[in-house]
Amino acid sequence: MTIRTEPMTVNVGPQHPSTHGVFRVRITFDGEDIVEVEPVLGYLHRGSEKLAEERNYVQVVTLTDRLDYTSSMINNQAYCLAVEQLLGIEPPPRGKYLRTLTAELQRIASHLIAVGFFVQELGAFGTPLMYTFRSRERILDLFEMLCGARITVSYSRPGGVFADAPPDFWPALDQFLSDFEGELEELENLLLSNEILMVRTRGVSPLPPDVAINCSVSGPVLRASGINWDWRKVAPYDAYDQVAFDIPLGENGDNYDRFWVRMQEVRQSLRIVRQCVAQIEPGPVRLELPMVLRAAPGAEAYGRVEASKGELGFFLVSDGGVSPYRCKIRSPSLINLTITEHLLLGWKLADMIVSLGSVDINMGEVDR
Amino acid sequence: MRCVTNADGMLSADGVLGGNPLFYFIYNAVGHVAPCWLSYLIAGLVIMLILINAVLLGAAIVSWGERRLLGRFQNRVGPNRWGPFGAFQPIADLAKLITKEDIIPYGADRLAFTAVPVIMVAAVLLGTAVLPFAKDVALVDLNVGVLFVLAVSSLTSIAIFTAGWASNNRYALFGAGRAVAVLLSYEVPVVLSLLGVVLVAGSMSLGDIVAAQAVPFFLVQPLAFFVFIAGMSAELNRTPFDVAEAESEIIAGYHTEYSGIKFALIQAAEFGGVLVVSGLIATLFLAGWAGPLADWLGWLWFLIKTFIGIFLFVWIRSTYPRLRLDQIMAVCWKFLMPLSIINLAAVVLEVFFLRDANGSLSTADLWIMAAINIALAGGSILFFGRFIREKVRTDAHTAIATNPVARGASTIGMG
Repeated sequence: MTIRTEPMTVNVGPQHPSTHGVFRVRITFDGEDIVEVEPVLGYLHRGSEKLAEERNYVQVVTLTDRLDYTSSMINNQAYCLAVEQLLGIEPPPRGKYLRTLTAELQRIASHLIAVGFFVQELGAFGTPLMYTFRSRERILDLFEMLCGARITVSYSRPGGVFADAPPDFWPALDQFLSDFEGELEELENLLLSNEILMVRTRGVSPLPPDVAINCSVSGPVLRASGINWDWRKVAPYDAYDQVAFDIPLGENGDNYDRFWVRMQEVRQSLRIVRQCVAQIEPGPVRLELPMVLRAAPGAEAYGRVEASKGELGFFLVSDGGVSPYRCKIRSPSLINLTITEHLLLGWKLADMIVSLGSVDINMGEVDR
Repeated sequence: MRCVTNADGMLSADGVLGGNPLFYFIYNAVGHVAPCWLSYLIAGLVIMLILINAVLLGAAIVSWGERRLLGRFQNRVGPNRWGPFGAFQPIADLAKLITKEDIIPYGADRLAFTAVPVIMVAAVLLGTAVLPFAKDVALVDLNVGVLFVLAVSSLTSIAIFTAGWASNNRYALFGAGRAVAVLLSYEVPVVLSLLGVVLVAGSMSLGDIVAAQAVPFFLVQPLAFFVFIAGMSAELNRTPFDVAEAESEIIAGYHTEYSGIKFALIQAAEFGGVLVVSGLIATLFLAGWAGPLADWLGWLWFLIKTFIGIFLFVWIRSTYPRLRLDQIMAVCWKFLMPLSIINLAAVVLEVFFLRDANGSLSTADLWIMAAINIALAGGSILFFGRFIREKVRTDAHTAIATNPVARGASTIGMG
């Protein structure tokens, strides 16, 4: 006797507990297997690009905080690089170092969130997440010392950073760096060779290098597939040409590799922060610029950084006015989402959530 | 009419409430003014009331203790607002849940939907009926106690399936299907592991099993202990086997649609289940109420051992990620099942060769068995653990190679 079965369509999201905000995906299941995937975006659209056309160049910085709110520092940096390119200016060295330092701290914080939620989605009840958040809180405290805000920092400005670090920032940073070493080790011992984590993620949802390139993915997702591409190395900006670091690469591009690459990048970021602390020298942190910036009419600039989730780019066009004529944001999360269908099809319901978590999207950036 | 038991006892129903001093006290006291059948009924109801309240209160304490412990494991505080160390938190939770709107979703099977929380709590309470809390203190000391416990503990899974089906919710349906798949997988190894316990104790009565543990059975049969704890984790829907209510995947699984007092009852059943299963572990493997000092302190040893079990479950929950459904089935059938068979075979042989003319085992025999079985447990867990690990890993890689949809999808985005 055969039992008649039929596929079942389920709306996962936008109110699902583990879709990283308001991501919605319509999935057709055959039992637990995924046979059809249709991502639906747009629940967090705020029109950031249009809003940027109504503000002057410095004011737009605050909009970039709200893109990927887990890596505001890097968003600020990317936008400011674009503006500096547009105006043809270069910030003083101390400003560059401070940007690099804060960007790497932010990368650690962002990767900690990614790893924490990734393991949470594997079903570990809270413990790894709380471990990662313990360290992330310390980083946010450091940001608070720098600029008074924890998430929406607006620290970088065109021509440098908002202000120099207060004197008690450096001892606090040293304290954090020495504490974090142990905390990271604890986290690695808990996760990296966890048997259940390995059997759940090894070989699941692999992303071959050719597909990765064709889908224009970037960041840890791309490097997990074994492609050595990192804007910090390819086209160094700010102080990245002054510091030494390695680029961890995965082999299979499966969920475990994406997770592993992030864990390794945290170590490399730690290395960069240490070198920045050692190399930074006193001096001005920001160029003396007029209150309202104006670029030449018709000037174009594309500023890009290696954000925690991939290549983040700002394309600015000027018409000679006080605000950008057009501000196009190339957000890594949106582009990385194009592999959703490839990652999910044929795998199981339980793997779906983990695969989405391994891509590490942020809806603030996807919908803008 | 006076209705007082004498030395040979007017109550002939031995076993049922037999030897329970509190029962006799109430029976005799009420018997001065009421007919025999009524005093029998009243005494029974009073005992049951005490037991039910003890279990529900215990569930509240377990829920608080678990949240406090999880807090400590996770570097945070946990509930600490009301009462000493936040101990009144369950009362606040209950008050909140009772005052919430009780929603029955459109299209749900109202009768089945409403019956589920009741069935779940009833199944948990039934399990306590045969637990010996101290020497000769059990509601009943059934001579098929182990069988009874296994039977009522499986009722929960039926209730879960009913909940998933009646909710008219697709996530709940996923949870229901998963619960049944897990039930089919863990039930066989658990029963096989308990066979070894019954074999050594020579009885299915939980009271006799405790009495037979001159050496606690977790030493005599470590494999059975391991398999039982793993299987019970699956039954209680706790990590790493909590697929039926996997929060990150299917919202809340079978109880997605439950709210208000129904949700409170389901939670009570879950935490009560932890309590009852920990009591079972204490009884079957940790020598139950047996302990040093006076016999009347048995409840204390029982309580301590039960809390060891609860702590173990919380510890496991706070440490491990969740397995996938097919991996749980693989673990149950390919790992726990061979282990329980090895345990059963070893115990059968040992009992056959070690028993004396009456068929009973001395304490020295039990120690010999413990020595053999601990070595056996270490070896077989290592061997089968490595085997299943390799198997699961190669399965993962062949899954990529043979997954037609995943392979076909590699052309997507290639233009």
